[in-house]
Amino acid sequence: MIRVVLPAHLRTLARISGEVELPVAGPVTQRSVLDALEGRYPVLRGTIRDRDNGRRRPMVRFFACETDLSHEPPDAPLPEAVTTGAEPYLIVGAMAGG
Amino acid sequence: MSGVRVLVGTRKGAFVLTADGQRDQWTVSGPHFAGWEIYHVKGSPADPNRIFASQSSGWFGQVVQRSDDGGATWDTVGSDFSYDGVPGTHQWYDGTPHPWEFARVWHLEPSLDDPDTVYAGVEDAGLFRSADGGRQWAELPALRNHESAPSWQPGAGGMCLHTILLDPGQPGRMYAAISAAGAFRSDDAGQSWQPVNQGLRSEGIPDPNAEVGHCVHRLAMHPSRPGVLYMQKHWDVMRTDNAGESWREVSGNLPTDFGFPIDVHAHEPDTVYVVPITSDSHHFPPDGKLRVYRSRTGGDEWEPLTTGLPQEHCYVNVLRDAMAVDSLEECGIYFGTTGGQVYASADAGDTWAPIVRDLPAVLSVEVQTLP
Repeated sequence: MIRVVLPAHLRTLARISGEVELPVAGPVTQRSVLDALEGRYPVLRGTIRDRDNGRRRPMVRFFACETDLSHEPPDAPLPEAVTTGAEPYLIVGAMAGG
Repeated sequence: MSGVRVLVGTRKGAFVLTADGQRDQWTVSGPHFAGWEIYHVKGSPADPNRIFASQSSGWFGQVVQRSDDGGATWDTVGSDFSYDGVPGTHQWYDGTPHPWEFARVWHLEPSLDDPDTVYAGVEDAGLFRSADGGRQWAELPALRNHESAPSWQPGAGGMCLHTILLDPGQPGRMYAAISAAGAFRSDDAGQSWQPVNQGLRSEGIPDPNAEVGHCVHRLAMHPSRPGVLYMQKHWDVMRTDNAGESWREVSGNLPTDFGFPIDVHAHEPDTVYVVPITSDSHHFPPDGKLRVYRSRTGGDEWEPLTTGLPQEHCYVNVLRDAMAVDSLEECGIYFGTTGGQVYASADAGDTWAPIVRDLPAVLSVEVQTLP
C-alpha cells in the first residue's frame, strides 16, 4: 500500500481524515500514485494536476523521504521507502506568507 | 411568515444568513468551505433549495458545490471548464497575444425556470452552461469566438465574465459583461452574440464608437422591464432603454461615478442603487463615509442613504457581485464589504444595520426570498 498525505483543504474536499492508503498496480511513480488517488476520489481531479495536460499545479509540491520531488519526471520511480509503505508520499500546498 | 436567505461568498468561505420577514433577527451559518475563496453563491429561482457555489483556490483550482437543501449540506459537482476546441488568444496587458486560460468561475446564474440548468461566467472570459445541475459543463463558445475577442484585454482583476442576465420576457435573450471587453447580448440562447456598447465613453479609448474595450463593472435589470438595463462602468453609471442598442449616462449628481455594484428595487423599476467609490486608484468611499445612493427616477437624480452606515473612517470597498435585493413587500437591500460587514436594509435603503461585521472580505451577496 502506498501512503499518501494530502493537505488539509483537499482532505476536506475529499471528505477524508488522516492518510490515504492506495494500492498501486505496476511501477510506483508519481503519475501512477496520482492516477490511483484521483480514481478513488474523483473530486480531486484538477486540484493537484492540470486536468488537461497533467502538469503539477504551480503551488502544489510533492515530497517523500525528506526530498522535494516536485520537479522529478512523473514517470520516475518513487523511493523504495514509499513503495513499501515505510514513508508517505506528501502532497503539500506551497506556503503563503503574510 | 415569509423570510429571506442571504448567500455570502467571501475570501475564506461561504456564509448563509437567514431571517424571517422582519429581517431584524439573523441566524448565521458558516463558514462553509472554510479557507477557500467563494466568488459567488446563488440559488435557483425555480427551486430555492438548490444553491450553487463557486469555490476556488490559487493552490487547488476550481470546485463547484451544490446544495439541494437550502445550504444545509453540500456536494461537489463538476468542475471541468475546458474551453471548446483549441482556444485562441486575447491581448495580454502588454498588448501581445496571450492564450485563453481558465482561472476561476466568477459568477453562477441559475436558469429562471429549470433547476438543472445553470450558467457560469469564467476568467478568462467564457460562458459555460450545465443542463444537469452542474455535473457537466459545456462552453457556449460563440461569445469567446466573437470576431472582436482577439482584441479583448484583461482589467486589473483579470479578464472575467462577471455578469450574466437572463431576460424573463424573451426566451433566449441574455446578456453578459466582461472586464475589460464590454457588454454583449445574445438573442438565441448564446449561439451568437453582439457587442452592445454604443454610447459608452471610456478614458483611454480614443474611438468614441469603439465596440469593445470598455470596463463594464456590472449590469442590472428589472424583470418587469427587461429592455431597460443599468450599468456601473469603471467610471460612469449608464442606462439603456433599448436592450443595449444605445446607452446614456445617468450619473447625474453622484459624488463620484466610479463603483462596482448596481441593483434595482424589486418592485420599482426606476429605483436604482449604487455605491460610489472614490476612484479607480482609491477603492474606498469618498471622505471615509459609506453611502449607498438611490435614484427613484431611473438615474440622473440620486440621494445618499446613510442612516446606520458608518460616516467616518470607513475605507472598505463593495465589489461588483456584493449587492442584492429581496422581493418582500417592503423591498430589502443587502450589500457586503471588503471589510467583512454585511449590511441590510428592510425599508428599501432608508435605514441600515449590519447583519454581521467581521466576516472575511465579502466577494458576493445574493438573497433568496422564501415563502
